[in-house]
Amino acid sequence: MNTNEQAISRRSFIKASGLTGVALTLGFSFPSKAGDSPDILNAADAGSVELNAWISIDSAGKVTLTNHRAEMGQGSFQSVPQMIAEELEVDLNQVSIQFAPGNPGKYGSQITGGSSTIRGSYERMLRLGATAREMLIEAAAKKWEVPANQCYAENGKVFHRPSGRSMGYGELVTEAAKLPVPSAVKLKDPRDYKIIRKPLPRQDNPAKINGQAIFGLDKRVPGMLFAVVERNPRFMGKVKSFNSDEVLKLPGVKYVMKVERDVFGNLLEGVAVIGDSTWSALQGRKALKVEWDDNGFEHLSTQQLYDRMRTDLKSRKFISARTQGNFDSLFDKAEKKVEALYETPYESHSNMEPLNCIADVKDDSCEIWGPIQAPDWIQGATAGFLKLPPEKVTVHMTFLGGGLGRKAFTDYPYEAVALSKAIKAPVQVVWTREDDMTMGPFRPGMVYQCRGAVSRGNRIAALEIIAAGQNMNTQEPGADKSAYNLDVVDGLLKPYFDSIPHYRFGDAPLEAPIPVMWWRSVYASTNGFAFESFFDEMAVAAGKDPLDFRSQHLGEARYQALIAKLREVSHWDGRKKNEGYGVSITECFSSIVGEVCKVSRNAAGKVRIDKVWAVMDCGWYVNPDIIRAQVEGSIIMALGAATKHATTFLDGKAVEHNFDTYKMGRIGEAPDIEVHIMDNQERAGGVGEPGLPPFTAALTNAIFDLTGKRIRVLPFSLDEV
Amino acid sequence: MPTYVLNINDRTVSVDAAADTPLLWVLRDELELKGTKYGCGKSQCGACTILMNGNAVRSCSLPVTAATKVKITTIEGLSPDGKHPLQQAWMELDVPQCGYCQAGQIMSAAALLARKPNPSDADIDAAMSGNICRCGTYNRVRLAIKRAAEKKGGKS
Repeated sequence: MNTNEQAISRRSFIKASGLTGVALTLGFSFPSKAGDSPDILNAADAGSVELNAWISIDSAGKVTLTNHRAEMGQGSFQSVPQMIAEELEVDLNQVSIQFAPGNPGKYGSQITGGSSTIRGSYERMLRLGATAREMLIEAAAKKWEVPANQCYAENGKVFHRPSGRSMGYGELVTEAAKLPVPSAVKLKDPRDYKIIRKPLPRQDNPAKINGQAIFGLDKRVPGMLFAVVERNPRFMGKVKSFNSDEVLKLPGVKYVMKVERDVFGNLLEGVAVIGDSTWSALQGRKALKVEWDDNGFEHLSTQQLYDRMRTDLKSRKFISARTQGNFDSLFDKAEKKVEALYETPYESHSNMEPLNCIADVKDDSCEIWGPIQAPDWIQGATAGFLKLPPEKVTVHMTFLGGGLGRKAFTDYPYEAVALSKAIKAPVQVVWTREDDMTMGPFRPGMVYQCRGAVSRGNRIAALEIIAAGQNMNTQEPGADKSAYNLDVVDGLLKPYFDSIPHYRFGDAPLEAPIPVMWWRSVYASTNGFAFESFFDEMAVAAGKDPLDFRSQHLGEARYQALIAKLREVSHWDGRKKNEGYGVSITECFSSIVGEVCKVSRNAAGKVRIDKVWAVMDCGWYVNPDIIRAQVEGSIIMALGAATKHATTFLDGKAVEHNFDTYKMGRIGEAPDIEVHIMDNQERAGGVGEPGLPPFTAALTNAIFDLTGKRIRVLPFSLDEV
Repeated sequence: MPTYVLNINDRTVSVDAAADTPLLWVLRDELELKGTKYGCGKSQCGACTILMNGNAVRSCSLPVTAATKVKITTIEGLSPDGKHPLQQAWMELDVPQCGYCQAGQIMSAAALLARKPNPSDADIDAAMSGNICRCGTYNRVRLAIKRAAEKKGGKS
């Protein structure tokens, strides 16, 4: 990494005082540079934004680092400070970590999605740590009256090399705060990293093994009440009437009232029961009877939804998103053709911590606490809703008991704000498991129509993939529904766009009154299954080994290195009889992940997963153990969606209400997983999600290898293969 | 509201609660013991697991009336200093991700080790199958239980 010329504003240097003895806080302005991560999730980073405080060092030398992103299991609480601490030269174990409140002006984009925390901010975090370090060194050099280049920093101290003298950061901060901010600092060579690239234990785990970590549901505010909400099970319907008088008679019940929440610009309705404890609110809700007005929209069932998607595909009603060459003429003339339809289900996020949020609305301000992936969005949305300036809305992130995309959305805080505003008291809205599972927004169900032609040279000559399903991006009233959806190529390895001469990707958007949205790895979570299953089918048509077939289309060195690693670690070439091997490789949020799954039949003749090997190429990275954990978890989540659970609809309502019908994989079903990480000079890619998209096809391709049976509809039961 | 006397983490406490209140909500809303989590409300996920006389029990489905005259242990009372062999093993293997289910996982594992100091894989599958982890930490949970068993040296 080279000297970075990005200016760090002098205004960011704040000399503070007070009883805590904090002498120095250091912040920096975000660069006006959009090139880092060109996805929507980082758009807010693109402008130059205000200054902020990321590092504070008090006169006793205590270092506090800020994590501006949500911690939902993916490890930002560890990774963000780990980056800063490396360049700052402090021991991570001696550092306090705090969550930033929602404030995009100060922190840039805080939406924790798109696996963007590290890839979107690492250069800035490193530069920030290095700038503070250089200023502390400069301050020491001044005190000692020696040249700064004779000094170095280590473990929270500055050392003078020739004399061996040293001073702690705490003794230097006051002096350092007076210095001009260097316009350029040199970042460390990755070979000299002491903290980054090391599998350091997570700093949040001590609190997570003794019950002390505060999740949203654990937060308490003086005087707060508890609310549960009976929401319209058909999403779009209205409240006609409800029996508040009876419910209000129950012990502990304080209020019964209609409440709305904003879901993609639609105000969805429910009735809230507010009590003095969670249980009293829940009991009140049991006595609640709501009459709904469900006129004016369709009440669809799963069968109808999928029939419509298949019909749209059959009638070729689609919008082209990305094309090259002339697919139609090539396909028409081709000798070897492959055609297949793949179907993936609607899914619920079903985080272990159900949705919840506390709001405390006052006349001229509002405070919010909760498991929140997007504190900045919630600040903005709440300010708009309450007609307050954003700085009057304080959004506190607790730890999140899972996020998976669901907690990036602003509907559940909206509801809490609406209720607190109405009752003029702090209130925690608690979603039951049933609420969380049935209300969506869901991962949309998809049907993929795939057609391909194999050339005489046994390569892909032409490829067409049309994805039918609800478009997550056009749910707002008035959204432009004629626009193509480029997300339908998410997950595809980039070299295929060059190595396949004729292709067409398109989408056939389905209109349905069911809210849908991001679910870990978003479109890639289902695209990956279709793409990599279909490539496997084409490999069979070409008479090629599935890994060789992929390899010949992926000539670039980075992809070849990953394939070689995958081949080596999985012993791909040493496969035995009675073993099924399947491979799948996808690209998601700037990381490439290849997975090989090995299956066999157990004594009872059922298919069992013997092993999964994963190779993650996320370029520059921070903590290898967190990467391994994320890939392990992604695989297990994908396995659940492939073989265990799905959300279905009947008469416009979600059918699966709890874990007895939406069945999760259990410990005995977790396969052995081995994760390898590529070391290279590439830019940082995502970690939290990219391990998920390849898994399902690796499994079903392995099952095909073992049994000859091609699985094209999810979920399927491993016991019934 | 009736008053109930409970023995929780070796302390005697009395709480006022409706008779049908599940122990989970008594712990969380009345006693400020929030390490025990709500996950499903019907014994499907194990996030609310506590020990009742040493056995793993889902507190979301245990009415407070059934929790008197027994010894209740929550994650806060598993060890005085967070150094139970399971907690140590959980730290060493960095088991938690989001962490929400982990108290329940640890409490189920504690009941298992008390009963079977050297559990087999099948024992672990059976004892832990009631605990869902959406982050998918299962393989590390298994390793950590085995590590903790080693630390305890086969003693229950």
